[in-house]
Amino acid sequence: MISASLLRRRSRMLIALLSVAIGAMILSGLVTIYYDVPRQMGAQFRRYGSNMIVLPKEEEFSAEDAEKAEEVIPSDEVVGAAPYRYENVRINQTTVLAAGTDMDGARASSPYWNVDGDWPAQTGQLLVGKEVAGKYGLKVGDPVTVTYTPEEVYGAGSDTEAESEEEMILDSEKDFTVTGILDTGGSEESYIYMSLEDLSELTETDGGLDILELSITANQDQLKDYADKINQTVDHVNARLVKRVAQSEGTVLTKLQALVLLVTVVVLALTMICVATTMTATVTERKMEIGLRKALGASDRSIIQEFLGEGILLGAVGGLIGAILGFFFAQGVSMGVFNNSIVFRPLLLPIAILVSMAVTGIASMVPIRATTRIDPALVLKGE
Amino acid sequence: MSLLELKDVSKIYGSLHALDHVNMKVEKGEWVAIMGPSGSGKSTMMNIIGCMDTPTEGQVLLDGKDISKVSKKEQTVIRRDKIGLIFQQFYLVNYLTALENVMTAQYYHSVPDEKEAMEALDRVGLADRAKHLPSQLSGGEQQRVCVARALINYPEIVLADEPTGNLDEANETIVMDLFRKLHEQGTTLIVVTHDPEVAETAQRTLTLRDGRFTKETVNEHFTGVIHYND
Repeated sequence: MISASLLRRRSRMLIALLSVAIGAMILSGLVTIYYDVPRQMGAQFRRYGSNMIVLPKEEEFSAEDAEKAEEVIPSDEVVGAAPYRYENVRINQTTVLAAGTDMDGARASSPYWNVDGDWPAQTGQLLVGKEVAGKYGLKVGDPVTVTYTPEEVYGAGSDTEAESEEEMILDSEKDFTVTGILDTGGSEESYIYMSLEDLSELTETDGGLDILELSITANQDQLKDYADKINQTVDHVNARLVKRVAQSEGTVLTKLQALVLLVTVVVLALTMICVATTMTATVTERKMEIGLRKALGASDRSIIQEFLGEGILLGAVGGLIGAILGFFFAQGVSMGVFNNSIVFRPLLLPIAILVSMAVTGIASMVPIRATTRIDPALVLKGE
Repeated sequence: MSLLELKDVSKIYGSLHALDHVNMKVEKGEWVAIMGPSGSGKSTMMNIIGCMDTPTEGQVLLDGKDISKVSKKEQTVIRRDKIGLIFQQFYLVNYLTALENVMTAQYYHSVPDEKEAMEALDRVGLADRAKHLPSQLSGGEQQRVCVARALINYPEIVLADEPTGNLDEANETIVMDLFRKLHEQGTTLIVVTHDPEVAETAQRTLTLRDGRFTKETVNEHFTGVIHYND
């Protein structure tokens, strides 16, 4: 009887179904966005560089410590990990800061770095900061000789001949080719970048690392947990959050999620009002039929069950349609705003259906209660 | 013991006495017509007998049980189990087929039984129209569906309110023939009408005026079987 009522009263039911489906679509779409926003925003924020740094407790830490620290974080959350070792080197007898790093890691953790030319892809290649390039007149493709003087000798003075000889012996040189000029708008422009292997070869030591920069897709609380875990489990290092990135990300996320939540609640309320209005119209329209059913012996309870059954069935079908459309809605929003596709969450499908059923059920309660006040004797006499 | 007995029944709306100390007895298997002009109290009488309303005063005994003071819930049960209603406007659910309309009454009474509903439609000569919607049926056919629906649960009383009021002469004849057949089969019929010709087909006619029975006529032209003296 319920299915006959729904199928044969198509126009009225289509309006009700449409309102439920649109409500469910927006709801499931917004919930999808709500849960996907951290991932999407995280990916966006990762463009602004690393959000965690690992520093040595004393002077430096080893590559093994860096690996251990990295292992604490789930690999799928690590966007980029760049270890850095800094040394003073000389170009044309003037001092410049050299950073040895893993180029792939640096590229991943600092996607905002703008390189004119190419990133070094092999040993003997150099990435030169814009400021350094300007100072020495370096261009992409230029050869450059980098000299390293150990600290104990460098700056110790060279007045005597013996000392000068010692310096000559300890100095080491390596020829590089400039493959790219780095433009970041920050302090990175006053550095030159080479691979860790090149720096070790130049300094003739496997020196420790000075910093490990990590770019992680996680919220502030998760980042704090990871930092605490690194500090507890890895000796010689001290992990810290890059607060300006992590906090901004947290603030934006919180506000965005609050906005989505607010819109979701408003849509939920509007859907309820819409369903309640439709059900009220349905009850009014079917007043005569309700009176007849009562005259035939239908109890208030059975009338309520029938109408509630219709409402809930409507909610289930509308919820299913809405949940499917909601995914495409969320996909459209995600592509438009984040230029990134959304992850389909299968669990949202039954949840959207159940929520729609509950919403239509609750929204139907007031109009359905009105059916109990219908007097068959009055309505069947047209009063 | 009479199947239905009204003892000193009154229905008062403010200062209006819709029914004023009415007494009536209907025996099992009897066919009674209640006749009267508009405003005579026919509808009030119909509602009280049909258990859709209760009297202000007096007793209504159905099968010996006083139903004048029962709750709405009990009224529903009595309507469902003991009364078959036929209306002037038919009141068929417009989105249900003829068969489904008949089954609606079964649904609230016991369990819908398509075969039984089909037999009921067959009895009123509408087996071939079972799958039609009310809008696809003529007035006479709709009223016959209404009769089938009223009979499906084997009620003790079939109460018809102006059953031919919306029918043309041909359909009126068909429906009245159907009533005659039902009466022959032992069904107790109470027909409320303002049409003297319809009233004359019954065994006995009670004339209602200003809430009181003013006349009782035993119809000489009654051609059916008399049951209540059995």
